[in-house]
Amino acid sequence: MTNPFDILAPYLPDVLEPFLLPLLQIGVVFLGLSLIVAYIVYAERKILAHMQVRLGPMRVGPHGLLQPIADGLKLLLKEDIIPRGADSFIFWLAPVLSVMAAFTGFALIPFADNFIVTDVNVGLLFVVGISSLGIYGIILGGWSSNSHYPLLGALRSAAQLVSYEVALGFALVSALLLSGTLSMRGIVEAQIAHGVWFVFVQPVAFFILFVAAIAETNRNPFDLPEAESELVAGFHTEYSGFRFSLYFLGEYAAMVLVSSIAVTLFLGGWTRPFQSWAWLDSLKYMPVALFAFAAYWCVVHERRMPRAPEWRWQRLMLLGLGGGAAVLAVGFAALPPVLNAIQGVFWFLIKVCGFLYGFIWFRGTFPRYRFDQLMRLGWHYMIPVAIANTLFCGVGLVLWRSLGWNFAGSLWIGTLLTLLVALLLAGQTESPEPTLAGQGD
Amino acid sequence: MADDQKKDEAQPQPPAGGAAEAPKPVAAEEKKAAPPPKPAAPAKPAIGPEPLDNELVRRLRARFGTALGDATLDRKQAIIVVRERLIEICEYLKAEEKFDFLTDLTAVDWFDRQPRFDVILNLYSFPHNQRLRLKATVGDTCPSVTGVWPGANWLERECYDMFGIRFEGHPNLKRILMPDEWKGYPLRKDYDILKQDTDWVRENIGIESGQ
Amino acid sequence: MAKDNGSQFGVETTVLGADEIILNMGPQHPSTHGVLRVKLKLDGEKVVASECIIGYLHRGVEKIGENRTYPQFAPYVDRTDYVAAVSNGLGYCEAVEKLLGAEAPPRARWVRTILTELQRIASHLLWLGTHALDIGAITPLFYTFREREEILKIFEKYCGARLTTHAFRIGGLQYETYGGFEDEVKAFCRDFDKRIDEYEELLTSNRIWVERTRNIGVISAEHAIAMAVSGPILRGSGIRWDIRKAMPYAAYDQFQFDIPIGQRGDTYDRYLVRLEEMRQSRRILLQAVESIPEGPILARVGKVIKPPPGEVYHSIEAPKGELGYYIVSDGTTQPYRLRIRPPSFINLQALDRMVQGHLVADVVAIIGTIDIVLGEVDR
Repeated sequence: MTNPFDILAPYLPDVLEPFLLPLLQIGVVFLGLSLIVAYIVYAERKILAHMQVRLGPMRVGPHGLLQPIADGLKLLLKEDIIPRGADSFIFWLAPVLSVMAAFTGFALIPFADNFIVTDVNVGLLFVVGISSLGIYGIILGGWSSNSHYPLLGALRSAAQLVSYEVALGFALVSALLLSGTLSMRGIVEAQIAHGVWFVFVQPVAFFILFVAAIAETNRNPFDLPEAESELVAGFHTEYSGFRFSLYFLGEYAAMVLVSSIAVTLFLGGWTRPFQSWAWLDSLKYMPVALFAFAAYWCVVHERRMPRAPEWRWQRLMLLGLGGGAAVLAVGFAALPPVLNAIQGVFWFLIKVCGFLYGFIWFRGTFPRYRFDQLMRLGWHYMIPVAIANTLFCGVGLVLWRSLGWNFAGSLWIGTLLTLLVALLLAGQTESPEPTLAGQGD
Repeated sequence: MADDQKKDEAQPQPPAGGAAEAPKPVAAEEKKAAPPPKPAAPAKPAIGPEPLDNELVRRLRARFGTALGDATLDRKQAIIVVRERLIEICEYLKAEEKFDFLTDLTAVDWFDRQPRFDVILNLYSFPHNQRLRLKATVGDTCPSVTGVWPGANWLERECYDMFGIRFEGHPNLKRILMPDEWKGYPLRKDYDILKQDTDWVRENIGIESGQ
Repeated sequence: MAKDNGSQFGVETTVLGADEIILNMGPQHPSTHGVLRVKLKLDGEKVVASECIIGYLHRGVEKIGENRTYPQFAPYVDRTDYVAAVSNGLGYCEAVEKLLGAEAPPRARWVRTILTELQRIASHLLWLGTHALDIGAITPLFYTFREREEILKIFEKYCGARLTTHAFRIGGLQYETYGGFEDEVKAFCRDFDKRIDEYEELLTSNRIWVERTRNIGVISAEHAIAMAVSGPILRGSGIRWDIRKAMPYAAYDQFQFDIPIGQRGDTYDRYLVRLEEMRQSRRILLQAVESIPEGPILARVGKVIKPPPGEVYHSIEAPKGELGYYIVSDGTTQPYRLRIRPPSFINLQALDRMVQGHLVADVVAIIGTIDIVLGEVDR
């Protein structure tokens, strides 16, 4: 993408010039992210509902599409309650920290070949470090609420997050070893250079990253800190109104962040699946197909809506949406430069959405781990396997570099050795039974 | 409807052993002549408590003698009245006769009788698949059987709560359903809504009750 | 003999110098299934002692019973275990019939069996949904309620009410079965087997579910008998006892069915026992629906129910355990004493022992597995 600010360059002071493009990108990322995060909440409600034999939001806007806006407005207008005895500065600060940590990480995610706000050469380290700051948001929130349940929830959450950071880190190190650079763009370029996404040569690391990501974002099955049935609402019990929505947004933004990291590191970032196979080039028309399908869906469902006059606006909105999708589809098909330009972002977003669907799917399916079982899983299983994986990844790399073996083959040897270790660990005894009185009485 | 059916059937049947007259079509005449005694249709077997003297009762009487009162069979179930030595009898029943399951423990208030209460223990034996009811006639106190069947704990607390019977030997005899400071024992026959603890309600809930 | 620990507990300091804390769960809490208050004494996360405080829903049903005639009391009985109202009605009507010396006609007994087994399935479905929800699996709730909805529709068509049904009368039934009753029950049974497989697929072999329920809330067979616990808890601990087989009532002696028995007495076994009970109920339903005899639906008990003096104790196998009625009659139209033997109340006693040594997160699972309804606990 040529710098669109080039035409403005003569009119602006020199010192501003390097900032303009990044500012534009930040604006796009920030606004786009806020919208995406708001609509992930909607998507979660809809997807969970359909898994649970019900419909989800249907009233606010056609098929509930305006629900996030209504929710946002409602939370904004709610009374701001600060518990008595709460430290009000920290009470204010905690959700801000949580959101800030999540949003800042996006500065380093490569959405496309030429769309990255800043490509720091220690990008990966920076992202992981920033997302760790989110833990402060949770601890401070729980502590400043001056109440029993939030404190318990916050401490549990902190312990859980710190434990799974270790496993996450080791999983990331494997990708680092394979690419030889911490720069986020560099890792994607390494995958392009090798011609294979790292998920196909380091599946164990990918799996550990996925599970650790679920634990990092306090999602089911690791959502004990905010388990409603046990601790009311965990660390955000005392938060209401906009502060609560900030926590909520922070959690979903963190979800998108870890999904983006996983996509960048293991799923080839902005690359199309099978980029090296030229005969699949027609896959670049996926955006056209997707928007055309969206237009078709909108029209079909508009037909199904009730014909009564009070439904008129909703029907119009749905038709408008369908029309917009149709325009986009036609536009992409008719203008190849535009199509090529959006390929990177499109595939990136598709993969991130796949991850998010996985998060939501897990939430609907699994029961919750008890806290000690969760910690045991992290320390006794995840971390040893992650360490083993890093070790054997190194072994594989040595085989590839020094002995000249096939890249994928040698790394798969490493993977198989790791799987062996994992099986050995899994075969050991389960968590010890709690001491029981009255047994055998 | 059932009654009508009864009447229809009763009318044409002459009373057993009575004069074999053809039934008069006019009801009034028939009534003047001799009011036909309405037979209970269908004939119900006499139902109610009757004395019981089976193996179990004999063994118990042989062992405990005067500690036991009447033994009856009512609605196909054995009932034994216990006057004293309740815990011994219970221990014997549990150990020897294998009544190891205390189904229920409750009380009945016979307020114009001394002793006033009947503490009812419904027992069940798994090996014999048999029920037994013990009725202990007690006044204000009763020995606690929590030592024999730990499951009696909450049941005795409820009896105390509702009737005011103090169970001696109970580990934690306090009210269970009513508030701890409630005065009065609701299931007694001389207790009703006008006599309830209006003070407690006024202090804790702030309304006037008991009207 | 085993000493119970229902006494008030004070806070002690443990060896490490850490204080034990007292955590209060309820009476308002998303997982205590009603207004139940549980005071837990915790050493860190481990429960050292617990105390149940009940009585928040006490409505004086037994006192009311002494001031109502026998038929007038029947609706009250539905509101004790409001999740399984039909079973309550069955127990009460059969107890009064025993007191009267009457017997319901065969057709009534068959239909009573069918409705009671449907109610057992409905009660277990609700239990399964809420139990899974407490442990964190949010989806089975919707699936079980979908099936429960079918059963409640059948109840509504039969007697007009979904929850507090007052389905039976003393002496039999009031309403004839509606046209299509057998077909609807058969249609329900046809799909139900696959549905239970759906729930099992989500939970039974799920590693997380097993870890959350295996060896949690263990109660040994001896302890269960000593605490007078009944129902699936007793069967989960390995005791083969079901009143439908031991002392058959209604039409249960006419049907073939098995009694599922657990081995370890833990939450997982009780879960399996209740699932299998649902399958066996379906089996009973299929047999019963094929063979409903013709005939009257109400025995001749007269308009005025005035049992001869005496007393009776009659119990049935309600979904929650042994539900019994002890009625003392003094020859008038109102009972002299009417006692409900509530399975939830007596099963809840065992909570104190089952919870010791477990973590706080398990307390919720154990309360769920005992399957209590506060309406029955407090009456």
